[in-house]
Amino acid sequence: MSDLIQIAHETLLAPTGLGESDIDLMLGELVGGGIDAADIYFQSSRLESWVLEDGIIKEGSHSIEQGAGIRAISGEKTGFAYSDELHLTPLIDAARAARAITRSGGDGTVKVAGLTPARRLYQPINPLISLTESAKVELLRRVDAEARKQDSRVKQVIVSLVGAHDVMMVAATDGTLSADVRPLVRLNVHVIVEQGERREQGSSGGGARDSFQFLLDEERALGFAREAVRQALVNLEAVDAPAGTMPVVLGPGWPGILLHEAVGHGLEGDFNRKGTSAFSGRIGEKVASSCCTVVDNGTLPGRRGSLSVDDEGTESQNTVLIEDGVLKGYLQDKHNARLMGVESTGNGRRESYAHLPLPRMTNTYMLSGSYDPQEIIASVDKGIYAVNFGGGQVDITSGRFVFSASEAYLIENGKVTAPVKGATLIGNGPEAMMQISMVGNDLALDQGVGVCGKEGQSVPVGVGQPTLRIDELTVGGTGA
Amino acid sequence: MNDIKERQARLQQLVADILQEAKAQGASTAEAGVSSDAGLSLNVRLGEPETIEHTRDSGLGVTVYFGQRKGSANTSDLSPEAVRETVRAACNFARYTSEDDCSGLADADLMATDLPDLDLYHPWEQSVDEAIELAQTCEAAARDQDSRIVNSEGASIDSHDGLHVYGNSHGFISGYPSSRHSISCAVVGQDGDSMQRDYWYSQSRRHEDLETPEAVGRMAAERTISRLGARRIATGEAPVLFQADVAVGLLRSFLGAIRGSALYRKASFLLDHLHQPVFPEFVRIHEMPYLPRGLGSGAFDSEGVATREQDIVSDGILRSYLLDSYAARKMGMQTTGNAGGVHNLRTTSGSLDRQGLLEKMGRGLLVTELMGQGVNTVTGDYSRGASGFWVEDGEIQYPVEEITIAGNLKEMMLGLQEIGCDAEIRTSVQTGSWLIDHMMIAGQ
Repeated sequence: MSDLIQIAHETLLAPTGLGESDIDLMLGELVGGGIDAADIYFQSSRLESWVLEDGIIKEGSHSIEQGAGIRAISGEKTGFAYSDELHLTPLIDAARAARAITRSGGDGTVKVAGLTPARRLYQPINPLISLTESAKVELLRRVDAEARKQDSRVKQVIVSLVGAHDVMMVAATDGTLSADVRPLVRLNVHVIVEQGERREQGSSGGGARDSFQFLLDEERALGFAREAVRQALVNLEAVDAPAGTMPVVLGPGWPGILLHEAVGHGLEGDFNRKGTSAFSGRIGEKVASSCCTVVDNGTLPGRRGSLSVDDEGTESQNTVLIEDGVLKGYLQDKHNARLMGVESTGNGRRESYAHLPLPRMTNTYMLSGSYDPQEIIASVDKGIYAVNFGGGQVDITSGRFVFSASEAYLIENGKVTAPVKGATLIGNGPEAMMQISMVGNDLALDQGVGVCGKEGQSVPVGVGQPTLRIDELTVGGTGA
Repeated sequence: MNDIKERQARLQQLVADILQEAKAQGASTAEAGVSSDAGLSLNVRLGEPETIEHTRDSGLGVTVYFGQRKGSANTSDLSPEAVRETVRAACNFARYTSEDDCSGLADADLMATDLPDLDLYHPWEQSVDEAIELAQTCEAAARDQDSRIVNSEGASIDSHDGLHVYGNSHGFISGYPSSRHSISCAVVGQDGDSMQRDYWYSQSRRHEDLETPEAVGRMAAERTISRLGARRIATGEAPVLFQADVAVGLLRSFLGAIRGSALYRKASFLLDHLHQPVFPEFVRIHEMPYLPRGLGSGAFDSEGVATREQDIVSDGILRSYLLDSYAARKMGMQTTGNAGGVHNLRTTSGSLDRQGLLEKMGRGLLVTELMGQGVNTVTGDYSRGASGFWVEDGEIQYPVEEITIAGNLKEMMLGLQEIGCDAEIRTSVQTGSWLIDHMMIAGQ
């Protein structure tokens, strides 16, 4: 038995006296009688959050969620039930409810075998105990002080610190038995600045699958404070953004949200199996300009979007989505892979035991090209240089996507000039990707704050890209 | 009915136990909420059941105060050991949070005492098979509507009911059962290269009040078909008519700016606007917490404070912020019974229906969908992706997509020309369509 499975046993099963034979018993309820596949997902999640506001530690809270979700699949049908009690009787009840999608009862037997992941992308630690409570409070105070000392126009600072310790184990009728211990920490800083009658905001943050020490190392947390203030002060000077279609240069890192919206969601296996994506049936076709290679990589050590194994027990992968502009592959979970006759790419993810797994992104980014970033900016006569974004959204079927800039500048005659107010950029995924004409040599990943929502489920993700130029994109400003 | 009363009594006892435990562990005051829900969510696609989910969720949250210091904890486990551990975790946090002059329970004399039955609990006694059949009927109506409906994301039935109980150490402990049901459908249409998706839904406390499955399916199909062949339009200024369901979003953005938490942080473009005109004179926005079967009905807010029927806006003037007791203390004011949000909001309507509004607009953009999060509550700057229809001479000309609309909420609100009599009724915040004098459209 691997040490991860050992930890999962002790955390999830032992407290209520459940054992391996009980898992076999539950899976036995779930095989035969027309069921193609079934799994049980055990989870215990502890979350802690702290909020500093107005210079005081205003809130501290703790949350415990645990339970098991049981899924049975027959053809394209999925039955699902869950229980927040990790006892045999409610779990067997849930198994029977899940398998009720077929009329007959379970009659088979299953023996699972523990899988030891080949590699470890993060340590199986509990980040909540990686700093003392006093040290967490001290960290928040230092971040607050750092933000306030940057500029006297800083009027409000809100700092939040979140840590999660997530232990999961999944057992499936295909013999899978896999476990993972997933630490996740994050710190966010939000500031309001005031100059005369004008008020603006700025925010920054970051995190990783690591202990809280990650935020102290290299003064990262203080860096987020300085960055939030810098952004807010830039916005104090911002003029109206232009309106219309124009060249847009996106900075490196977080603007990779472009790829998440314009490409990533449209390549998730479920939409493509059902034929409802603008990318459906287009494998092997050119869907982006030749300078674009886009991957979804769940194997980056410590990254927010990384997973040693996904929520179905499949090891995560580095999946090439688009290579030199040609569509190569989709993101798959087991269910959609089975129905499409391919293998899972390790992208089966769920928000919790109380949610069904779906094909989801991990860390999605574009590989570097050859241009110097300065050269890319210099190539634009009149356009926008956008370096920071709020959220985005996509309509999978039409391919339309939006993402909202929170820090952007005019480019005039090849030079970055005045900052402009936040504006929404809108385009069509496949069309916008064809409009990418220059890709920089400065690939960067985001700082570790991404949250992706799909069908009401949130999961942590990462994005990234080098500086790149899109020849035509619609910029939703108010200026002429 | 007896069963639900018994369950409610058990949850009320649980809240009393939590408050007692908090006291035993040294907290000066405490408050707690417990909820327990069960339901069914299923989706039928291309005539076959796709997912059938049995949901069963419970949770408790507790906040303790040691003087002016606060700690919170919550859990999905309602066992006695978990309750003790959760209270202990909350108390532990209170050792590290700061003294905060404004923290604490809402004042005792504000607790709700009149607790009428608002008729919110109507469980839907249906079998899984019956629910599947309804969803099948709904999806079939959509797919049969037009040959250009070529694919489907399916039709869904969601039905949930449960209990929520809140209590605090003023002795207030109260709860009520409620239910919520919905039917929805999303289909894909294709015409040449153009592929579009749209949906429709109906939602209600009582399943008898839902639109028929056929009506929901047909509406989903009609909306999808109407988008086929959408094109972009030229960049420029024009009046914009926000269809009622998207006008609700504008109203929510306004509510976000008069929330106490945005105001005391100075993170609102409506700071210091109380008793000032924020809309044209004809606008009245009214909160009605006691509507029978209302989706947002409730006799007390999330601090136990009695909710009240009140004008948020009348004669276009901002009459009340939306405050909980913390924000109220921060601002030297009194809570407005809006901890946790508003309880049913209604907006006065004019006499014009959709056609009348289109005629009044003459030439402009009818917006039926908005995308993205481009609303800045601090500055009021507004820039979002939009789809809809271009209108000339009061008549729809063609569908429009991949454009943005931008402006500033403060100016948009003052530039409101008309509110339609076509109110959106599927949400707790309700309004008719909004005609706004002009916005910047970015397109080709």
